[in-house]
Amino acid sequence: MGLIARQIEAVGIATLCMTSALDITRAVNPPRAAFLDYPLGQTAGKVGEPALQRAIMAEALQGFATLKEPGSVKMLPFKWDDSEDWKRSAFTTDTRLARLDTPQYQCAEDRALAEAASPDGCAICVGPAQPPAN
Amino acid sequence: MSEPVRYIERIGQLYQSLGYPAYRWAVGESPPPWTAVTKPLSECRLMLIASGGIYLAGQVAFHYKDDTSYRAIPTDAPMATLRATHFAYDTANARRDLNCIFPLETLRRLVAEGFLGELTAHAYTFMGGIYSTRRVSTELAPALVARAREEKADLALLVPA
Repeated sequence: MGLIARQIEAVGIATLCMTSALDITRAVNPPRAAFLDYPLGQTAGKVGEPALQRAIMAEALQGFATLKEPGSVKMLPFKWDDSEDWKRSAFTTDTRLARLDTPQYQCAEDRALAEAASPDGCAICVGPAQPPAN
Repeated sequence: MSEPVRYIERIGQLYQSLGYPAYRWAVGESPPPWTAVTKPLSECRLMLIASGGIYLAGQVAFHYKDDTSYRAIPTDAPMATLRATHFAYDTANARRDLNCIFPLETLRRLVAEGFLGELTAHAYTFMGGIYSTRRVSTELAPALVARAREEKADLALLVPA
């Protein structure tokens, strides 16, 4: 994310990266960041809590106006819970899925819809068109 | 508030215990570029970019391996037409309420309130977890820069899953 933010910022568009992994963000050092000290996967707020999501987003967006130094990180004033027990178990087991190199749909209906809309198939699987041989 | 989780250290330990090669984290060697924000938020057009593997029903879904493509999601899309698939994070929460990683409704609400000016016509999504920082820098990032210019974005908000 930070690499992308840097390139966008460099063409004159201000960027802000939301993050729940402070050390990873500090390493890549994007122009502006807003850190939410939550478990990964809920970077923009808790599921099913629109008022909280709005409050988090409003705080984060204020960073566009208030952060004045390149590489600044705004610490958002929210915590997941009082115990913070989640921090002990975060990333202590590998739960990642296999890195398959075909499109991964949420449901079979989506696959059918996409295949009907793109009869030539996935552009990445097909690969770039080859130049004609001389 | 207790200390933030040190993910680089923790993921390094986990991968080592599993016999995986060490992950090479992206490092920004130089100071980041800077563009001053000269307008109030209420007059700015914002582009949302998210890495959670989100696609619109009808679009081709992402690969789980080094997929540097992106999808354009109309910012007036109903949330029920959006999907999330990803190899690295648990998508259960995202599928219950996508706003937790793709805050489209949240941003629409802030626009309706007048807090934020407007959204670009599209938000942009990709898979993330691309191991090659070179491919992010030479393929994905320049493509998103071009889209941000086309959509005349004043601001870009990047949300990782």
